[in-house]
Amino acid sequence: MTVLTIARSTFREAARDRVLYSPAVFAVLMTGAAILVGQVSIGIERQVVINLGLAAVTFFGVIVAILVGTGLVAKEIQKRTLYTVLSRPVERWQFVAGKFVGLAGTLAINGGLMGLGLLAALRYVSPGFSGADAWVLVAVYFILLQLLMVCGLALLFSTFSSPLLAGVFSFALFVLGNFAQELRDVAQSGAGWVHRLMVGATYLMPNFSAFNVAAGVAHGESIASLLILHNSIYAVTYTGMVLCAAVLAFEWRELQ
Amino acid sequence: MPVIEILGLEKTYATGLFRKQRKHALHAFTLEVYEGEVFGFLGPNGAGKTTTIKLLMGLVFPSAGSARILGLSIGDPRVHAYLGFLPEQPYFYDHLTARELLEYYAQLSGMEAKGRARRICEVLQRVGLDGSAETALRKFSKGMLQRVGLAQAILHNPRVLFLDEPMSGLDPLGRRELRLLIEELKAEGKTVFFSTHLLADAEALCDRVAVLHAGRLRGVGAVCDLIGDAGRVELVWRGRNPVAMRPLLLETHISGELVRGVVPEAAQEEAMKILRCASLPLVSLTPVRTSLEEYYLRQTQSEAPPQEVRA
Repeated sequence: MTVLTIARSTFREAARDRVLYSPAVFAVLMTGAAILVGQVSIGIERQVVINLGLAAVTFFGVIVAILVGTGLVAKEIQKRTLYTVLSRPVERWQFVAGKFVGLAGTLAINGGLMGLGLLAALRYVSPGFSGADAWVLVAVYFILLQLLMVCGLALLFSTFSSPLLAGVFSFALFVLGNFAQELRDVAQSGAGWVHRLMVGATYLMPNFSAFNVAAGVAHGESIASLLILHNSIYAVTYTGMVLCAAVLAFEWRELQ
Repeated sequence: MPVIEILGLEKTYATGLFRKQRKHALHAFTLEVYEGEVFGFLGPNGAGKTTTIKLLMGLVFPSAGSARILGLSIGDPRVHAYLGFLPEQPYFYDHLTARELLEYYAQLSGMEAKGRARRICEVLQRVGLDGSAETALRKFSKGMLQRVGLAQAILHNPRVLFLDEPMSGLDPLGRRELRLLIEELKAEGKTVFFSTHLLADAEALCDRVAVLHAGRLRGVGAVCDLIGDAGRVELVWRGRNPVAMRPLLLETHISGELVRGVVPEAAQEEAMKILRCASLPLVSLTPVRTSLEEYYLRQTQSEAPPQEVRA
């Protein structure tokens, strides 16, 4: 109950925060631009709209996840709003979990709306729904899973650093996560303890390689059910571990 | 049975680049606060008052020692159901209205949905904010935020209240209303532990006070004991100031034909004899009592060992 109360409050705060609306507006603008580009790209309108649309959903989703996520705990500590919350029968893990659930809900609704906007744009360039549209929705689902992990990381960093540093760390890991597979391959080529350290480090960072399906979906390729299952389990497990680390860090944090 | 028991509580912070230096924010001290008491925690800035309250609220962790509130350890989450807390210079979610904020805190405090709305109206009225219930907190003045802070502290009808500098940001009328509120809370049987710089308020409200200076407890006692007999008497007489009187006088003030002199209690008889011999009419004779301010200054300005009056 306490977790849900904090989650609802976090959602309401995000919903009243202008930072949440601007990416949605920009996403609509981007989709509009995609439609225009699609009209001048004879024969590949659909590919252009899907590529640009998915990129816009990812970009604005990550911005919201990092901007709001890094402020979730750090801002409450800085502004001391946390004092009156933790002086009630609220445990620290409940606070972290509530904040995460609230932001995850916000991101899901935000991403979902952007996904619907993308479908509307696709409908505009190619009237009538096709089976391939379902894969576009799966691609949006993969983006939401990535946002979930980024949100968890932003929350983790915000429990022990400033919002600015937490934002830098989260964004850096998001970028590195997109090259995780390449980094793992490089790390595997080494030897000795440095090799083991590097391999360990690459497994600690999120691996977004398997989540990037935009190019295939744009060409009408389907997505294997096994990949959907794999990505879902990976995202939930990774986010769960990151949240456990965030709870541990926050349990020890002194609110000076 | 004490409501608040502080047993050798101590707080040290690691400072410096490599966090090797230690800074004692609070030296070990022991203190008990009893049920129904209004307890004042006095001390200059940086004395350790807020650190103590944060330790009791579980916001920072003790380096040594322990504390219990209502018989429960401060680390026990159940204890928070019985506590109300107003932090120093409170800041709240400014996108919410006063009513929404209190609704949020009521839910966090585990208050039943039934009767929550009525209780919120009651406390808003009690702190004088019933006309601003639907106003966003970002539009509130500092004094109004302090009132919201008080409202959230008493919302769930806690048994023990911790108020950190509650008078801060309030105008004279607001301070008077807060004093009345604290008196009402005492009458309801609540225990109020509050820190303040304002000694007049502490003197008027508190049953007992503790003085903290540089992280050390300098004195604890009942206000009536601390502001007790100073061992001096004040004499007021009409006429001149006789030469024989002058060696006895600790203070003199002449206003028109009235002379006010303070002499040690032991010299009272001799001073009166001098006045009788000089045929100077005595207007009044009053024992001088130490004010809380004098006691506070003595405790915070001297380097003498802490004085225990009555724990």
